[in-house]
Amino acid sequence: MASRAQNLPIGLRIALTSFVVIWLIMAAFPFVWTLWGSFKVELDFFSIADWTNAITGYRTEQTYGSPFTGAGYHGAWVEEGFLRNVINTFIVCFFVVLTSLTIGTLGGYALSRSGYRYTFWLLITALIFRAMPPITLVAGYMLPFFEWNVWGILPTTIIVLVAINQPFTLWMLHSFFQSIPKELDESAKVDGCTQFQAFRHVIIPVMWPGVITTGLFSFLLAYNDFAVTAMLLSEDNRTMVPQVAAFLGTTYTEGNIMFAVAAVVSATVPLFILVMFFQRQIVSGLTAGAVKG
Amino acid sequence: MKHRTFFWFFMPTGLAMLLFIALPILSVVVQSMHTPHEAVLLTVENCTPFKCTEETTIDQDATAAIRSAEPLGRFVGLDIYLDRAHLAVGEVGGAWASSASWGEFFSSLSNLPFYRAMSFTLVFIFAVTPMVIILGLLIALSVNSIYARLRGIVIFFSLLPFVITPLIGALVLYWMIDSRGILGNLLQWMAGDPSLSLKASTGLMWVSLIIYGIWHAAPFAFVIFYAGLQTLPQDQMEAAQIDGASRFQRVRYVILPHLMPLVTFVTLIQLMDNFRVFEPVIGFNAEAHATSLSWAIFNDLGGETRQFSSAAATSVITIIGVAILLTPVLIRTWRDFKGKV
Repeated sequence: MASRAQNLPIGLRIALTSFVVIWLIMAAFPFVWTLWGSFKVELDFFSIADWTNAITGYRTEQTYGSPFTGAGYHGAWVEEGFLRNVINTFIVCFFVVLTSLTIGTLGGYALSRSGYRYTFWLLITALIFRAMPPITLVAGYMLPFFEWNVWGILPTTIIVLVAINQPFTLWMLHSFFQSIPKELDESAKVDGCTQFQAFRHVIIPVMWPGVITTGLFSFLLAYNDFAVTAMLLSEDNRTMVPQVAAFLGTTYTEGNIMFAVAAVVSATVPLFILVMFFQRQIVSGLTAGAVKG
Repeated sequence: MKHRTFFWFFMPTGLAMLLFIALPILSVVVQSMHTPHEAVLLTVENCTPFKCTEETTIDQDATAAIRSAEPLGRFVGLDIYLDRAHLAVGEVGGAWASSASWGEFFSSLSNLPFYRAMSFTLVFIFAVTPMVIILGLLIALSVNSIYARLRGIVIFFSLLPFVITPLIGALVLYWMIDSRGILGNLLQWMAGDPSLSLKASTGLMWVSLIIYGIWHAAPFAFVIFYAGLQTLPQDQMEAAQIDGASRFQRVRYVILPHLMPLVTFVTLIQLMDNFRVFEPVIGFNAEAHATSLSWAIFNDLGGETRQFSSAAATSVITIIGVAILLTPVLIRTWRDFKGKV
């Protein structure tokens, strides 16, 4: 591959490299800008007078004596109690990933090992379910949840997110288990294991790469969800994303928009770390779906 | 695997999907055909020695009783689908009859919520999808030809707009495009118009939403195409080179045909994803200029008066839309399956 890069004429290589650089700026600059701006006062980040104020922090220095201030973070985390939303998010994500991997692994394994025709129809049904926008289902949840008095609490949201996650999890794990040779668990069954024992002792030790990749996407789905969490959680139980939306509703009028900016930056950090450590798994998960169709 | 074993392995996940996906879909369909009971009216005749007056009041007890006896409401068939907030059949007919030209007809359609949402959604789908594919292809081809050592960094930064929470990504861009943000300032300076503002212009708002859509989805297309380029058959490339194909001809006649199945895949996924555009409308605070069906459901369900029936009807229409877009995917899967058997 390196040889091909060197074959390129110099002009073309410069053109391609600068295109990549422009794309990188497009992709990364908004995050850098917001991170930088989150340490300024509102009049700098949204400056009417002079846009360079957002870089130099002119007004911030006038107010706080230094071009950087943690006032936005103080407002969001201390005054508005954003920590509670962060904790809620991680409770939801942890249990969604755990539950959906547990039941998804069993289901995906069964789908990959059963040769009957109904497995195809189950997979097709899962594909249809996967295409449903979650917000369309929310309209169906709300009345029953109100009637049964389970609306607004974290466990309800966790179960709903697990269910919405299942179709995707099943497809990913189904294709992953198909790449594990059938002979492995069949020879265990010949030696007298039941199907579950074969799964337990032969498949579980080798399934972690696929499970981790699937788990990453389950985490992203739960973490990034707005439609379900905004509609199914009460004010006290909000996770981060609906809380950011709620900040906008209240803070546009109060002039505390920097709370929202600080909260947005805080919510971006875990995703940044995730991409840093699991880039390879995310890429392989994305492409697995494409190759399998 | 025996049917019995399969059943026990599949039961937990199957039950979850049955209870929380299949049943809600049914419940949405049923709900969309019911509307809350009207208040029970009570007419009382008050007679004074001189004359009698009739007074109409709401019978609170009777209303509460009938509402708790049938919480779904009363059956109205397809009425909700046909009312002004949805397909607005009557209004469309009226506009058709009274409009002298197509332009007039379309402008009266754009006052109806459903057609307003559909017009933005369609423009969004048909602007974002091709742009995502072209941009993704260009990035993949460029990254594939630069030094291998840089590729990891490029992929890292490219993934950020894709994995970011859609609402948060939309906000980050919105704050920059705001008339007091850096891009908003730049636009004002370029247009020489200091009063230029995104919030005031429908056209600018649509363009910004489309730019957000491209920014968010291009990394996905890039990663898929880049992976496809790694499996490019080298002997074909060399054969083309020996036959005297120029660089452009090699891209056009060897690389593109090789990537075509992936282009189809990305297109199908993008059509479905863009059809349900939702978070950017919230993040950009754009409902005055651009709405979508998902936004309409969200709007009906939120707020003080939760309009379940209206939301349910919009949901069913959305599901039908998704089903239409999904058909080619299903046909493809069916063909693959028959090929395997």
